[in-house]
Amino acid sequence: MDWSQSLRLIAPEETLSIAGLVLLLVAAWSGDKASRLISILAVAALVAAAFLVAPALCAGAMGPETSAFFGQFRADAFASFAKILIYLSAAASLVIAPAFFERFKAMRAEYPVLVLFAALGMGIMVSAGDLVTLYIGLEMNSLAAYVLAAFLRPDDRSAEAGLKYFVLGALASGILLFGMSLIYGFTGTVSFTGINAALAGGLSHGALFGVVFILVGLAFKVSAVPFHMWTPDVYEGAPTPVTTFFATAPKVAALGLTMRVMLDAFGDQAAAWQQIVVFIALASIVVGALGAIGQSNIKRLMAYSSINNVGFILIGLAVATPQGASAMLVYLAIYVAMTLGGFVAVLMLKDENGAFVENIPSLAGLSRTRPALALGLAMIMFSLAGIPPLFGFWGKFVVFQAAVQADFIALAALGIAASVIGAFYYIKIVKIMYFDEPADVVKGESDIWHKIILVACVVFISPLGYLLAKWLGGLADVAAASLFFAL
Amino acid sequence: MIHVFAFYLFAVLTVGSGAITILSRNPVHSVLWLILAFFNAAGLMVLVGAEFIAMLLVIVYVGAVAVLFLFVVMMLNIDFAELRAGFIKNFPLGVLVAVVLLAEMVLGIGAYRAGAMELGTPDGIGATPAGMTNIEAIGALLYGRYLFLFEAAGIILLIAMIGAIVLTLRQRSDVRGQNIGKQISRRPQDATRNVNPEVGKGVTL
Repeated sequence: MDWSQSLRLIAPEETLSIAGLVLLLVAAWSGDKASRLISILAVAALVAAAFLVAPALCAGAMGPETSAFFGQFRADAFASFAKILIYLSAAASLVIAPAFFERFKAMRAEYPVLVLFAALGMGIMVSAGDLVTLYIGLEMNSLAAYVLAAFLRPDDRSAEAGLKYFVLGALASGILLFGMSLIYGFTGTVSFTGINAALAGGLSHGALFGVVFILVGLAFKVSAVPFHMWTPDVYEGAPTPVTTFFATAPKVAALGLTMRVMLDAFGDQAAAWQQIVVFIALASIVVGALGAIGQSNIKRLMAYSSINNVGFILIGLAVATPQGASAMLVYLAIYVAMTLGGFVAVLMLKDENGAFVENIPSLAGLSRTRPALALGLAMIMFSLAGIPPLFGFWGKFVVFQAAVQADFIALAALGIAASVIGAFYYIKIVKIMYFDEPADVVKGESDIWHKIILVACVVFISPLGYLLAKWLGGLADVAAASLFFAL
Repeated sequence: MIHVFAFYLFAVLTVGSGAITILSRNPVHSVLWLILAFFNAAGLMVLVGAEFIAMLLVIVYVGAVAVLFLFVVMMLNIDFAELRAGFIKNFPLGVLVAVVLLAEMVLGIGAYRAGAMELGTPDGIGATPAGMTNIEAIGALLYGRYLFLFEAAGIILLIAMIGAIVLTLRQRSDVRGQNIGKQISRRPQDATRNVNPEVGKGVTL
């Protein structure tokens, strides 16, 4: 192993950690006055890191030259694809934050620093080449996330969200670690390639327990049913920009990590875990769809929507083929745009005093009071429901196509049937906005940055997005190929 | 022979004190049993020849973490007078525990002198390089092969520190801090005033 090559491969991580440390010093000396400057610099660092990882994706990097530090870290096209999504959504959650926190006089200089470190941890997660890297990346992201969830200190709900997330997250980490120790005990190695080679003769019962525990820990992190109970409470209680962050970047990171572990380390043993993933995927789709129906808080509704979407993404994992992995990546990219747009639209719902409106009946008649916002939100809801002219349909289409190609026809049919249930509550929001008597609650002015991001997301998910479909699919294919190359 | 005897002693005491830790109704007793469990785990580590990990267990867990636990437990509302009540009655038991601990130490050292237990031969990167002590081997791995993860773990600790400060530090507006520059630059003529009070009358301040 060549140290200089390894250090070159982790350039984005170096950029983010140095930026984080320097900005932490700036925060310590200038205090909260400098939070706007620190936010701008943090966004610049995230965008710079995204540019640093882009060449590996465009060149389709794979194979031994992408592996750093004795295979503990992989900087291949798959990691680059996920990192670009992570860095951009982290940057977006920094851009939308000041307008929210300033209303509570709670904008603090540590917010961008914590988001930077969380993004660093997520980058390490999707680049993990062994179980220890996996755990360290995961904990780096989770610790920052616990603090971010409780960031709005005067608000009790925020403290509750932070505490709940911390306790359940620590439990899930414990389960994950237990699974990892079983796998280490039965294979004698922590590296994914080593585990794959050691398990080539078949999976012993002990190792199978290890796989199950690892899957449980990861299912908690991606909030898949039956480990989803924390999601609505945390998403509702956390400050909205933080919820935006939780619903986008960590989802990409945790799903990318799950793909790496399952397809790299246990790829040859797919038959052993496929039925678990099939169950988790279908249960997430159904519970996510049914749970959302009774919600009256739009953040809780979006939380169930993310559970539902994770189910669709996991269908791509269940088929365990390169097409499935590629479909997952395409879906993830579209999901990030839809969720980002959805939460930014929620941030733009303010009453005349500028207080944030979260309750769904207050949206009644939004099409007459704020037609542009209502149109944007309606398009995002239609897209989340997977209604054809919008780009959200394409994500579901590629996932189901991968399932059908791999002969998982029953899975695809059940998924399509369950997506109809999901469409109900998305369309209910549209109906409330367009056909109910105006409630005249949402009147406040929106921040210019919120408008820009909402417009960008809506253009991406509009039928114009299909112009990108071929390009996005090509990149996802390259990324999936690099994931399977390691086998 | 001494190995097998020491192993069963340490193992039984670890499991037993671990069980009592969670079964005990008194939190102070729980922590004390936990310390005993850590001690015996350290003994097991000595037996397999991992003396560095044994030392870490004693220093980090028994020394720091358990004492920290004890402080936290003492902040709970516990009636210490009631705890002390049975001192004379339980004195023989205390002596017995002390003797067991002493015997354990003697056994542990004896077993260590007799050489480590062979629990399978480590291979690959798991094997200790020839001519290296445990500490050297751990150091070489930690600062060499696993340097990246070591540094990343450092960042995690930093995040934990930032988080603790962000969540607990409150800027109070009613605290008047010391301004050293202002204090030093204050001159006597600004601060003192000569008055010549008349007899029988007070001074206006």
